[in-house]
Amino acid sequence: MIGLSHYLIVSALIFSIGLIGVLRRRNLLMLFFATEVMLNAVNIAFAAISHYYNDLAGQMFAFFIIAIAASEVAVGLGLLIVLYKKYGTLDLDDLASMKG
Amino acid sequence: MENLVYIALFAPFASSMFAALFGMSPRQTFVGIVASSLLFISFVASAILAYHVYSTGTSIHVTMMEWISAGDLTIPFGFLVDQVSVTMMTVVTLVSTVVHIYSIGYMDHDKSFNRFFSYLSAFVFSMMILVMSDNFAGLFIGWEGVGVCSWLLIGFWYHKEDVTREENPSISPSWAANEAFIVNRIADLGMLVGIFIIYWNVGSLQYDVVFADLPNLSSSVLNAAALALFIGAMGKSAQFPLHTWLTDAMEGPTPVSALIHAATMVTAGVFLVIRANPIFSMTPEVSFFIAALGTFVAFFAASMALVNRDLKRIIAFSTLSQLGYMFAAAGLGAYWIALFHLAAHAFFKALLFLGAGNVMHAMDDELDIFKMGGLKKAMKWTYIYMGLASLALAGIPVFAGFFSKDAIIETAFNEGTYVLWAILVITAGMTAFYSFRQVFLTFHGDERYKEAGIHPHEMYKFVLIAMSPLAVLAVIAGFFMGGFQEFVTKLLPNYEMSHHTHELIWYLTAIVLVFAIGGIWLAYKKYAKGLKRDEKLENSFVYKLLANQYYIPNFYEAFITKPYAMISEMMWKNVDMKIVDATVDGIAKLIYKSGDGSRKMQTGNLSNYLNWMAIGAVLLLVVAALSAMLG
Amino acid sequence: MYEIVAFYLFSALTIGLFLVTVLSKNVLYAMTSLAAGMVLISGFFFILGADFLGAVQLVAYVGAIMALYSFAMMFFDATRDIKEKNTNPALVFLLGGLSAVVLVLMFAAPIHSDAIQALYPMHEGVGNAQDVGIILFTKYLVPFEVAALMLLVAMISGIILAGKKMDQSLTEDMSADDEILTQKDEK
Repeated sequence: MIGLSHYLIVSALIFSIGLIGVLRRRNLLMLFFATEVMLNAVNIAFAAISHYYNDLAGQMFAFFIIAIAASEVAVGLGLLIVLYKKYGTLDLDDLASMKG
Repeated sequence: MENLVYIALFAPFASSMFAALFGMSPRQTFVGIVASSLLFISFVASAILAYHVYSTGTSIHVTMMEWISAGDLTIPFGFLVDQVSVTMMTVVTLVSTVVHIYSIGYMDHDKSFNRFFSYLSAFVFSMMILVMSDNFAGLFIGWEGVGVCSWLLIGFWYHKEDVTREENPSISPSWAANEAFIVNRIADLGMLVGIFIIYWNVGSLQYDVVFADLPNLSSSVLNAAALALFIGAMGKSAQFPLHTWLTDAMEGPTPVSALIHAATMVTAGVFLVIRANPIFSMTPEVSFFIAALGTFVAFFAASMALVNRDLKRIIAFSTLSQLGYMFAAAGLGAYWIALFHLAAHAFFKALLFLGAGNVMHAMDDELDIFKMGGLKKAMKWTYIYMGLASLALAGIPVFAGFFSKDAIIETAFNEGTYVLWAILVITAGMTAFYSFRQVFLTFHGDERYKEAGIHPHEMYKFVLIAMSPLAVLAVIAGFFMGGFQEFVTKLLPNYEMSHHTHELIWYLTAIVLVFAIGGIWLAYKKYAKGLKRDEKLENSFVYKLLANQYYIPNFYEAFITKPYAMISEMMWKNVDMKIVDATVDGIAKLIYKSGDGSRKMQTGNLSNYLNWMAIGAVLLLVVAALSAMLG
Repeated sequence: MYEIVAFYLFSALTIGLFLVTVLSKNVLYAMTSLAAGMVLISGFFFILGADFLGAVQLVAYVGAIMALYSFAMMFFDATRDIKEKNTNPALVFLLGGLSAVVLVLMFAAPIHSDAIQALYPMHEGVGNAQDVGIILFTKYLVPFEVAALMLLVAMISGIILAGKKMDQSLTEDMSADDEILTQKDEK
């Protein structure tokens, strides 16, 4: 029988994959993809907990996460386009302009 | 009556605050007038209280508010007006009022006129707290308060430069102020220890509670407490070996010397012994030590006064000497006589100082009596005042000093301490000599001031009138002795001469009188006609020893001040710079270096930041997991 | 049985697809695998009985967000492989692995569920969409409206940010064009 732990473990693994992406990637677009992966991992955990505790609050949170993800993508992509227009690249190594 | 207590206490405070408002502005006569009127109000309130206490025989006890309340320790701001404190209040406020009025004239040309009144009134306020407090903590607050005000006032002319000791024994006003303050701090430590001992063993600082509990204490505790308290009194009343500051304190303005260093503050030590008489009467050894030390100081100070040439210093030495008399009386158990001498002394000594101030004013701040002489023509009233005060000081019959000082000398005889008695009698002769030496050198003989081209002039009229109450009291105070005894012995233990002494009293008085008149006669003989300097005498060893105050200031400087400065310098160079500063600098450097090192994290590359963030997040996760596992 | 099979299948596929997303050098591959992984995640939601959430996942994520990505991609040069200096793989896998291990350990631990009480319990026999609707428009009305407003703001900002200088071509840069041409020539 599949229990809550199974879902949570899958969620943890996917989250770690997202984390690896965040750590590894230097391209902003790929960083966005990695964050989407992490958000989805969390959504799985919410839905699973919601199911196993018979509580809808988890699903509600998942909804709002999706809404936030959508906004983030809309604004973020807009910014990416502006950046690309300005610098011609999305590589963070080339965009490092805030050296302390 | 309660309101009167507050008026008596807070009128000087209001005066101080009022004068402080104008502290930075140029001289304004009304500041002095307002301050003097407030002090007069305080005096009137004190006098009414004194009458009330006298007529009803009851004391007034008010508690203004809780002050310290921590655990078992509760110290209220409580004030006690009984026979002893009301005597002190009346004396203090009366002398202060006169000195305030006097200062309007004396500080006439000083640009810090307003500041002076602020300090002076603050002093009176502190003194009132000291005498009125109903517990040792309040007494200590007043004790420190008068110390601070004394420091402010001695160093009032702080801008004067330091000079060498040959030129001026006390170097400079700021130096003298610091000396006074530091010496008093040393003594105050003893006082604090005494208060702690009392609190530790009794659990309260209220006088009535402490005194009621005394029979339960062991004699060693009592001795320790009495001795520690007396060390505090020794500092404030400038008893040997902490006496040097008092003569140096003469660097302050003369009204300050009159009020603080003659009439009031220096008697605080005597007041303490009188106030804590239940403790001292239970410790006969300590009491005898007090009496012996007092007698010694009386003689010791008088001997230095014999040859001194500085007008104010002579009076300062005589103050020291008279304080010795008071301690001798208090140590022998005659507390009421000590208190009576305290009050009488306050009047004629303040008068003497104020007269000296007049002379200084007239002589353009010249203090050397060898350069004066023949001033009686120019300054008739000052001459009369100072003559009266000196007669009182010398203990000539009908004047105040006769009754009070004679009583002390008789006490010494009555107690069977004949050595003390003999020393005190000799000292009485010396007192008469030096005080009249000063009077004759200042007011009689050839007019030596003319060489310096000085044109002396009498002080303002209102100043002379203001001094008259003191003059009257210096003359008549002695007649109140019987009433005073009846008044204060309601609270203080009574002290009566034994039958044997009573029989001999005429002989005793006569002996003292012979010495006193002999001293005056000697002074007249030597100095009244004019100054004839005796080179041989002045070069003798004894003369030099006395003129240099037994070389005690030099001794202190060579064996205490200089080694201390050396140690301080060593500590500064070795301990402070190499250990303390190095530690602090090390910490600063460590932080600086670590900041410099971690600055490299700020690459400006978002990816690196993300890595750091991830590292932090993972670390937090690990910590959370570990704590969940372990907890 | 059917549930178990579905769970393991979806899990394996999702993890694999997301790994491709994270590790691939090609943007198109990464995006395609991301979209596919999201579709499979909606499968998880359906298994878990969160039908409405699954539908939203499909519509919003796969339909809207991925579409947004693909449109944005048109601005960038998606044909080339991404050249980047990846972070030291040892660090990446240490951190990723550590977080995975710790998280799995935490989630694998038994959970004391007795104390947990449902705030908004689901009702038997009522459709999931109905339940969700009721709660969303009662208890969560204000956050819902705020979210709606936020989406509107995001939309406007996206339009403005991307819409500036629309008339200029990002690939007008001749050198880039030449590069594409030479790549084509090589093929």
